[in-house]
Parts: sequence; structure tokens; C-alpha cells
Amino acid sequence: MEENKATYWSENLRLIFICLTIWFVVSFGLGLLLVEPLNEFRLGGYKLGFWFAQQGSIYAFLGLIFWYGAKMNKLDKKYHSED
Amino acid sequence: MEELKLYTYIAVFGTFALYFAIAWWARATNTSDFYVAGGGITPLQNGMAIGADWMSAASFISMAGMISFMGYGGSVFLMGWTGGYVLLALLLAPYMRKHGKFTVPEFIYDRYYSKTARVVAVACLIIASLTYIIGQMKGVGVAFSRFLEIDYDNGLYIGMFVVWVYAVLGGMKGITYTQIAQYVVMIFAYTIPAVFISLQLTGNPIPQLGLGSTLADGSGMYLLDKLDLVVTDLGFKEYTTANLGGTVNMFAYTLSLMIGTAGLPHVIMRFFTVPSVQAARASAGYALVCIALLYTVAPAVGAMARLNLMNTIEPVAGQNLVYDERPQWFKDWEKTGLLKYEDKNGDGKIQYTANNTDKIIIDEKTGKEIAINEMVKVDRDIMVLANPAIANLPNWVIALVAAGGLAAALSTAAGLLLAISSSISHDLMKGILTPNMSEKNELLSSRVVMTIAIIVSGYLGLNPPGFAAGTVALAFGLAASSIFPALMMGIFCKKMSGPAAVAGMCSGIGITMLYVFQHKGIMFIPGTSFLGGMEPNWFFGISPNAFGVIGAIVNFSVAFVALQVTGPAPKHIQEMVENMRIPSGAGAAHDH
Repeated sequence: MEENKATYWSENLRLIFICLTIWFVVSFGLGLLLVEPLNEFRLGGYKLGFWFAQQGSIYAFLGLIFWYGAKMNKLDKKYHSED
Repeated sequence: MEELKLYTYIAVFGTFALYFAIAWWARATNTSDFYVAGGGITPLQNGMAIGADWMSAASFISMAGMISFMGYGGSVFLMGWTGGYVLLALLLAPYMRKHGKFTVPEFIYDRYYSKTARVVAVACLIIASLTYIIGQMKGVGVAFSRFLEIDYDNGLYIGMFVVWVYAVLGGMKGITYTQIAQYVVMIFAYTIPAVFISLQLTGNPIPQLGLGSTLADGSGMYLLDKLDLVVTDLGFKEYTTANLGGTVNMFAYTLSLMIGTAGLPHVIMRFFTVPSVQAARASAGYALVCIALLYTVAPAVGAMARLNLMNTIEPVAGQNLVYDERPQWFKDWEKTGLLKYEDKNGDGKIQYTANNTDKIIIDEKTGKEIAINEMVKVDRDIMVLANPAIANLPNWVIALVAAGGLAAALSTAAGLLLAISSSISHDLMKGILTPNMSEKNELLSSRVVMTIAIIVSGYLGLNPPGFAAGTVALAFGLAASSIFPALMMGIFCKKMSGPAAVAGMCSGIGITMLYVFQHKGIMFIPGTSFLGGMEPNWFFGISPNAFGVIGAIVNFSVAFVALQVTGPAPKHIQEMVENMRIPSGAGAAHDH
């Protein structure tokens, strides 16, 4: 049981780490630090870097929260620690 | 004009009647109802309530206006105020829900086994929330005075009364259901004008797509390219690349808003209202869906409003609008003083450029005079409110915007009032001063405290202290530098001890307040800033508004150094933290 708890927590930490990396890349990376080179590309009328800063990052945040929630629900079931 | 007034009365008082009806239906009968709505709110309902709670008068009225004038630089608000929800969903909400208490200071008290920590948390919460409410109260006053032509003071009294009825009667339960209604009003009020304007300009009814489309005027030019061209022609910074104080500042600003968002107590406490840990994770997702509906439309509203404004003043390059032929909305907003024109060159036409000097300069290349700016004031707050009128939309749309602005301000004010009253009655009175208080008396005292809080915030709204404009920065700075790090270390570092966390919190707040005050004046009193507001003195070029993240880093560092001195937290606390990390067995949020 104690071992279960520890693996559950380390799997959770791994998921959080993956999610936060993506969170950082889409907003601070693509929307801020790499905005100038990305602005050379286009998404319709949007410059790509500008699009990430004002639209894309928000959609990515949404995807991340729901993906993390779904993964954690599976993990909760696996370790029988759901309510 | 008369028709507009009639529609506005129907929209505003119709929505108020709805809020009262909901408040009566969902009145609170015990402390669990009052603090956490009985713990029976579904994730979708909670998501909508968080959306209304979070999106204040600033989000509804000011944000699109700021983006409108800042262009790309306005992205810090878009990313900062949404990215915080990822941190909430991943790092805080599920664990705090599992622990299952009523308030944020109570969580800090349990985790750090220290009354000092609890009092520090209450103080941060009250300062952050009160400063925030002043802005909402001002928003209510402005909306009433502009749309119903009632004076500012009376508008504020009506707003105070409406909040008092449903917040005091219903507590968290009444507030939650009212906020759901307010969210619906707000989102319709925001998106309907945006859809109309996007359709007019680009032929695409979805504003998020319209912003990336070509113009419907037959030129085949992309909307954003046209906007870039128009603004740079007049000497403004290019819209899609205009920076906000450099990359380092934008980076720090965005990160500060994100961790500030995740640390705001009135948002966190909403996660205590759902029945399980899984529901807490889901409600963060639904909350962001509700918020993103407005936040992804805002850049379109900002860019399109800017283009419409430019086109009104200068329909064809070089042919400026004659002042005497200005449209009705221009006259209406001139009356409020938020829009001002000065005919500097005496030609009776309006020039709007980035050249704010009064001196006549001759362009060396063309040999012509450079046009002088004659729009001496264009307040960013009017962009959303005047937008439907600028685009010639029907009167009922304008009335809807008024009701939406009021819904945004009232819903946020109610959430903040609840955070204040619960922290005073539950944490200070029941928790520390009079622990033997009965549940009935605690319920009564929280209602009394809330009434007092409404009167205080109403008073501050009537006599806004000189520092009102700088205070939102302070609220986010405090939340980012004190509350967020304390909560995060409490969950992810089980050894973190009480005294070390208190030392971290105090130094985080201390350094943030010092930085804000030394650049903006002590308590924002002009003339008391000892380093001046000048940019050369900014730490790595970081503006005071963006400093919260540095405060948070100081908080973390001091806490970890102090941990080496104080030694780890006691064994039973470490066990409690381990238990917090496992979702099973989360009962409803409870008292003790």
C-alpha cells in the first residue's frame, strides 16, 4: 500500500512535469521568446508568433487541463484511490 | 436616444430582478451553505461561477481597450490571466479540495500549525480583496452614470444594495447561482457585439476567425495587415509587434499575473464547493472554457475597435473627419471627459497621430508638416463600451453591453466580499478570538462582517483613494509573492516547516511592497517614491506591476534557507500532507 502511494505520487509528478513543460513552451516559448522568427510564418492573416500569444496559448492551456484531468482519473482508478 | 434608454432600463433592471429571485431561492441556512454552498456544486456550474467571479469590470471593460492600444504587448494579460488556471488545476486545487476546509487561511493554519501564518494569510487576503473591490465599485458607478444618466453616487448605492441582498442572504450558495446567471448575461453581452462587428468588417461571424481573415471591403487585404498599415502611417507602433517594455519585462509580467491568478483566495475558495477531487480538476477546466470564450474574443474586439476608430477619424488617408460632422457617440463620450479633442491647427478637422508635441516639424523627406495629434484624450476604457455605437449596432445591443458590464462588476465584488467575510468571521473570530462561537452566531457574524465590508468598499468607491489605479498591481503582487508560494510548498514539500514558511511569506510580501512603493510612492501617495517611477531604476527593466514573480522567488529561497535552520515539519504534519496527495476519502468541505 505504501509502495502504491509512492508510485502514484511519482507518476503524478511526471505528468505535472510534462504538462508544465508544454505550458511554458506554448506561452513563454512560442508566444514570447521565439515570437520574432515565428512571425515570419502565417496562419491566415495572423502572424504565427502573434497568434500563439493572443489565441494559441489559451487553446493549449485548455487542452492541457483536460488532458491532465483525464490522465489523473485513469491513474486514480489504477490505484483504487478514487472517491 | 429615448429608445436606447428604455432598452437599457429593461436590460439592467430585468437582470437585477433575476438575481434577486435566484438569491431568494438559494438562501443559506447553515455555515456550510454560506461558506462552500453545501459542497454540492457540479463542475460545470462551478466553472461558470468561477468565470463570473474571475472576470471583473477590468476583464470586461478595460482589457480589450488595453489590447486595442498596446497591440501585441497586450498579450501579457491574455496569457497571464488564463495560464494561471493551468497552475491552479495542476498544483493547488485538487489537493486543497482534498484537505477540505472552508477558507485559504484555514488551510495555511492546518498545514503550518501556526496562528501567525493564519493571521499573515488573512492580512494578505483582506488587502488584496479590498483593493480589488474598489475597482468593481467604480465600474458600477461609471456604468450607471453613462448608460442610465443617474449620477455616479446613486449608481454606486444601487449597486451596493443589489450585492448586499444576494450576498448576505445567500452566502456562497446564493452567490454561486447568481454568478452562473451573471456569467450568461456577461458572455452574451460581450460576444454579440463582437459577432456583429466581425461580420461587418470581414464577413466571418466568428470573431476569433474574423481577426485572421481578409476585409470585406473588396480590397482582399488581411484585417491585421490593414491595421498595421493604418497605425504605422500615423506614427504609432506596428500593432502586431508592439512590445511592452522589452522581452524580460513581458516575461516577468506574464509570469507574475499567472502565479498571482493562481494565488487569489476568492478564486481558490471556489474549488472547495465541489464534491470531489476529480470534480475540482474538472472545474478548473470548465472555468477556463468559460473564461477563454471571452478571452479569445477580446483580441478581436480590441483590434477591430481600433480599426473602426481609425476609419471613423480618417476614412480615407489624408481626408480627416470634420469636427462639426462627428457622430453621436463621439459627442456622448466627450460629455464624460473620457474623449477629448483640441483643434490645434485650427482647420476644424480631427487628426489622430502619435505625434504629441505642439511644435510644427517639417518632414525632411517630403517637405510637408508632420500632422500633430489632436485627440488629446482617448480613454482605453471606452473602447468596449463605445464599440457597438462606433459600429452603428442596434440599440438593444448597446443596452446589453451595459447589463453585461454591471454583471461583471457585481459578480466579482460578491466573490471578494465572501472571501473577506469568511476570513474575518471564520479565521479571525471563530479560529483565534472566540473559538467557542456557535454555528448560528458564526453565520450571523459573517453576515454582519459582510455588511460592514460592503459599506467600507462603497465608501472607498465614493472617495477613491489616490492609489486606486495602482492597487490591482498590488493585489496580484501580494497573491503571487505570498499566498501562491506558501500553498505550493505546503503541498509539494512535505518537510516545509511553519516558521520557515512564515519567514518566506513575510520576505516575499516585504520585497514586493518595497519595490512597488519605492517606485509608485508609499501607499501610492505622490511624491513619496524615493527612487522615482523612472525606468532607469527598474530592476532589470522590470516594471512594478511585473514584480510579483521576483517576490515569489525571494519567498521560495528564504523559506528553503530557513528550513535548514528550523528543521523539518513534525511527523503528523508530514503524514497529513501525504494524505492530501491521495484523492480517496475526500468528504464534503467541513469545519473542524
